[in-house]
Amino acid sequence: MDQHQEQHHAHHLHLPHGPSEPTHTEFHVVSPKVYLLVGTALLILTFSTAAISYVDLGVFNAVVALAIACLKMSLVVLFFMHVKYSSRLTKLTVAAGFFTFLVLITMTMTDYISRAWGRW
Amino acid sequence: MDNTLAAQTAETGHLEHDHPPFLRHHFENLTQQREAATFGMWLFLLTEIMFFGGMFCAYLIYRNWYYPAFVAGSHSLHIWAGTLNTTLLIISSFTMAMGVHAAETRQRKPLLRWMVITMILGFGFLCVKAYEWHDEWVEHHVPGLNFSPEQFITGTKAYPDDKLPLDMAEKTQVYFSLYFAMTGMHALHMIIGISLLAFLFVRARAGAYTNGHIAPIENFGLYWHFVDIVWIFLFPLLYLISRHQ
Amino acid sequence: MSTILTLPDQSTARLPKVSYLNKEYGLKSWLLTGDHKRIAMLYLISITFFFFIGGAMAALIRLELLTPVSDLLAADTYNKVFTAHGIIMVFFFLVPSVPATIGNFLIPIMVGAKDLAFPKINLLSWYLYVVAGIMMICVLTFGGVDTGWTFTTPLSTHYLNTHVVTAGLAVFVAGFSSIFTGLNFIVTIHRMRAPGMTWFRLPLFVWSHYAASILMVLGTPVLAITLVLVVLERTIGIGVFDPTKGGDPLLFQHLFWFYSHPAVYIMILPGMGVISEVISTFSRKRVFGYTAVAFSSVAIAVFGFFVWAHHMFVMGISNYSALVFSLLTMLVAVPSAIKIFNWAATLYKGSITFETPMLYAFGFLGLFTIGGLTGVFLGSLGMDIHLTETYFIVAHFHFVMVGGMLMAYLAGIHFWWPKITGRMYPEGVSRLAAVITFVGFVLTFFPQFILGYLGMPRRYAAYPPEFQVLNVFSSAGASVLGIGYLLPLLYLTWSLKYGKIAGPNPWQATGLEWQIQSPPLTENFAETPIVTHEAYDYEWLANKTKNEVQTVG
Repeated sequence: MDQHQEQHHAHHLHLPHGPSEPTHTEFHVVSPKVYLLVGTALLILTFSTAAISYVDLGVFNAVVALAIACLKMSLVVLFFMHVKYSSRLTKLTVAAGFFTFLVLITMTMTDYISRAWGRW
Repeated sequence: MDNTLAAQTAETGHLEHDHPPFLRHHFENLTQQREAATFGMWLFLLTEIMFFGGMFCAYLIYRNWYYPAFVAGSHSLHIWAGTLNTTLLIISSFTMAMGVHAAETRQRKPLLRWMVITMILGFGFLCVKAYEWHDEWVEHHVPGLNFSPEQFITGTKAYPDDKLPLDMAEKTQVYFSLYFAMTGMHALHMIIGISLLAFLFVRARAGAYTNGHIAPIENFGLYWHFVDIVWIFLFPLLYLISRHQ
Repeated sequence: MSTILTLPDQSTARLPKVSYLNKEYGLKSWLLTGDHKRIAMLYLISITFFFFIGGAMAALIRLELLTPVSDLLAADTYNKVFTAHGIIMVFFFLVPSVPATIGNFLIPIMVGAKDLAFPKINLLSWYLYVVAGIMMICVLTFGGVDTGWTFTTPLSTHYLNTHVVTAGLAVFVAGFSSIFTGLNFIVTIHRMRAPGMTWFRLPLFVWSHYAASILMVLGTPVLAITLVLVVLERTIGIGVFDPTKGGDPLLFQHLFWFYSHPAVYIMILPGMGVISEVISTFSRKRVFGYTAVAFSSVAIAVFGFFVWAHHMFVMGISNYSALVFSLLTMLVAVPSAIKIFNWAATLYKGSITFETPMLYAFGFLGLFTIGGLTGVFLGSLGMDIHLTETYFIVAHFHFVMVGGMLMAYLAGIHFWWPKITGRMYPEGVSRLAAVITFVGFVLTFFPQFILGYLGMPRRYAAYPPEFQVLNVFSSAGASVLGIGYLLPLLYLTWSLKYGKIAGPNPWQATGLEWQIQSPPLTENFAETPIVTHEAYDYEWLANKTKNEVQTVG
């Protein structure tokens, strides 16, 4: 009798639903309109970045180019890859990836940027 | 309830197949399976971020060490090819996202169409890349194999001021090493992606992804978008260095 | 001597009729399995095989170092031998040791799941390991590689004619084996916990594997791209690390150690997980400071990414970045120390018994502490300049990896052997082997601290004659150590047929794995468990066993 009750109970036991549970999210179908908008934005940004590279902004050329690339990446990640509609866990995972990449870059730079023989 | 118990087998421990056939038995339900698959694919993409990350790290250092060489090297690339390739990939990301949408709304024929267009765009990207690489081979810009810095000492028609002293001209080999390593690795990921997409297409034709089992299409989409993002960074970093000079 | 071991009546006890071992028969059922327990066994056999090859290399090293001159092996051959020892022991033994065998076996059971999230990827992971292993054996057969396991440029890219490319690719493939294992663990731990199994009810073994898996997933790809770049440089001349083309050989080291330092935490964290379980069981007490130990595991993983250049202090990095990395290295020792203190506090006022797993755990506590402390010495810049590239480093990492990790691995193998096989190992000879291992280890590696401090360089086949006495001690210890490792191979194999029937919970331990039969069913649980008790809850266990009748078979 106990075993039967436990089995019945197990089938009906769920993990808590809703925004409080970081690994769950309501299944959200993104509309094609959003995709079209994002795609158009990406194309506009592509032509902009190519055009801006012909304008002399000094050291800011690299900054602007990277900023536009980061913006394009954000659009792809949030909308094409659905991260905007994803669970907190997914968002945390993406953040963890970028964080580790930044650690690699910045901490390697602490060496190169402070070397005494002035290549930098 | 006793009948239910009797119907359960010792091996499967649940009623025979009262769930979709594509639910794997170690999962409790479809939601868990879908979320696990997506999480797994994101973790794999994290490994890809770190994989390409090593090369971006190298790029950052050498671009600062040998900036004039990187400028000259970048000028020798065809900006039209880079822009075209970026456009092709962005459109292919759009078509792939539409494909995922078609799978989510259980429309088989639109899914197939979007998948084919994505494959064609990806293949187009590779053709442009192959043309560029052939061009670089002809111009002796392939490091290690037939590299010659001569063009960067004498200057080119488009950028006649790209005359570098010998030691800096030789550093263009570092630029091209990174160019080929990064675009080569990216192209390898494109080839793998297109092959996977072809395999998924065959299965999609049989209706495998328009019956609720959208995870493979969704997760392949994630991979495809990631490869697009890598290119989104490669384009300005490789093609657009100081074009105004 | 008292023991908590409780075996069923051997005259009536039988192994369970159905288990994962006899559910299906035939080679195909093993080679095409999705069952995480069978895959764990496949891994157990493979890594044991590679352990003994790596051990044979170690034997050659210690034989050569008996005399100050390079008489047994030519210098180039010696280089190949220590390289093989390093590559095999690091990538083919230590990295997969606990995660791929004990972890694969236990993680699903400990969280209450039927299998890992991706069984096919788990199997792929093993096949990648086997392919990598075959490539490595080819490297050894066809002349070896002599770069050292660290593949340092420009030696590896420009100055050697040995099989660097194949070895590099073998490690590349083994790396992906590791990545897929880690990926599987993370998804399983996040998404497949049984009802009621909250994060803070998980055994600390699971927390350790979670932390190690994060490192596997985020760190290993950097090693992969680094090796690819080395291969490209050797084959088609892409000169990212080539100084003659303008590259920086030090960049290789940055990228290599960005993985290889977290790698040491990949190696030790699962072992620490084993120690948590063993110390708790054999003190009959919950682990002191559960939350601290859990968060320390994750802290070790996170901080482990910030310290890699302490392997490069004398290589030519700037002094300022050396300062930064040295400071961070001091910090990363803190969470490891927190764990040692917590284990010691667990022992305090516990009912301690000295079964074999506990003997290994005590060995771990002492030897890992010494190894870890000497790591802090090395993290101090001034000390490192004197001690780096000497036998002090060799002693340091062998204390943590062999005195620490390998002892933890053996503790785990013995602790869960009854669960995995259904049979007990012979306690008498196993305790003897543990003691022999400990004595052999100290005799082998403690003299190396002294040798290093006195200035004997590492990776040299010949050395000044005044170092011979200590080297002879070390080699003598190595032969004792070899016996200590050979004995388990023999008696564990013996126990498969002749060992006593163990029953589901011979150690009266808490944890879901001890509530199911030994060996477990293929699907682990007949019905999904519902967890209502905390980890290491010995009161709950006492109540449960009071109300149960134990039958076996």
